[in-house]
Amino acid sequence: MGDTDVMNCQEFVELVTDYLEGALSPADQARFEAHLDYCDPCIVYIEEMRLTIGAVGRLSERDLAPAARDQLLAAFRDWKRTA
Amino acid sequence: MTATAPAEPNDRMLLLAVRRGDEAAFASLIDRYHPSLVRIATLFVRDYETAEEVAQETWIGVLKGLDRFEERSSFRTWLFSILTNQAKRRGERERRIVPFAALSRPADGDAEPAVDPDRFIPPGEEWAGYWASPPRDLVENPERALLSAEAQAVIDAAIAALPPNQQAVIRLRDVEGWEAADVCNALGLTATHQRVLLHRARSRVRQAIEPYVEQRAVLADG
Ligand SMILES: [Zn+2]
Repeated sequence: MGDTDVMNCQEFVELVTDYLEGALSPADQARFEAHLDYCDPCIVYIEEMRLTIGAVGRLSERDLAPAARDQLLAAFRDWKRTA
Repeated sequence: MTATAPAEPNDRMLLLAVRRGDEAAFASLIDRYHPSLVRIATLFVRDYETAEEVAQETWIGVLKGLDRFEERSSFRTWLFSILTNQAKRRGERERRIVPFAALSRPADGDAEPAVDPDRFIPPGEEWAGYWASPPRDLVENPERALLSAEAQAVIDAAIAALPPNQQAVIRLRDVEGWEAADVCNALGLTATHQRVLLHRARSRVRQAIEPYVEQRAVLADG
């Protein structure tokens, strides 16, 4: 793909992550942003990628029961005695 | 954004307190990192119980290695290296582990397109490579739509179906909130390969959430 090519949607969807990671060359970043200027479906697409990242991130909020806490603190007291 | 991005000085202060025998400081580190350790351990072992055990063994490893911890590396990096060693040792004993090499080796799924090629206008036609069946407009509050139990289950299933290397990258980056460089170090990936894996993984999950965030097609029949 040359620097002066117009970017189509199929190329766009493959470059979304590089764009979000700031890993595109300046030329490709300009082509990417030019595509975003006129292509509504690709605006939806990149928004869906952002939604994906947010939704996956929320998995860390599902708390795990701290079942091990008491055991580990007991182990700590053992360690303290012997250290 | 994610829960585990604590300031480094805090970790170090806690660690110094642990060295002095401060039990509350040790409890704080457990509260801060244990859930993440268990989640990361599930990348290497096949069931939750084993992951919990590996995470517990990791804390024992922390206590045993306290004197050897060098302030040059971050506590989190050190913690993770103990975790992977424990997981590997466990794997050798039980032969149930996901081979660590599988996390850095290129896999079949790495080269798959982000979107089914059938959804674009085929080569040779005018507007080749532009959407033939574009994404539909988003629903009013897509973030909320993704909070439903059904959508969460779909996201879980999409992540679980990924090849191990993609799963490791998306979970460390997007669930645990790690920086790209830390993921590369932990898994032995180049920066480029890490981005490829992240891209495949996020693209697969995006595909799975489509039905929850896009408006339904208006039926043509009246
Ligand atoms: Zn487009």
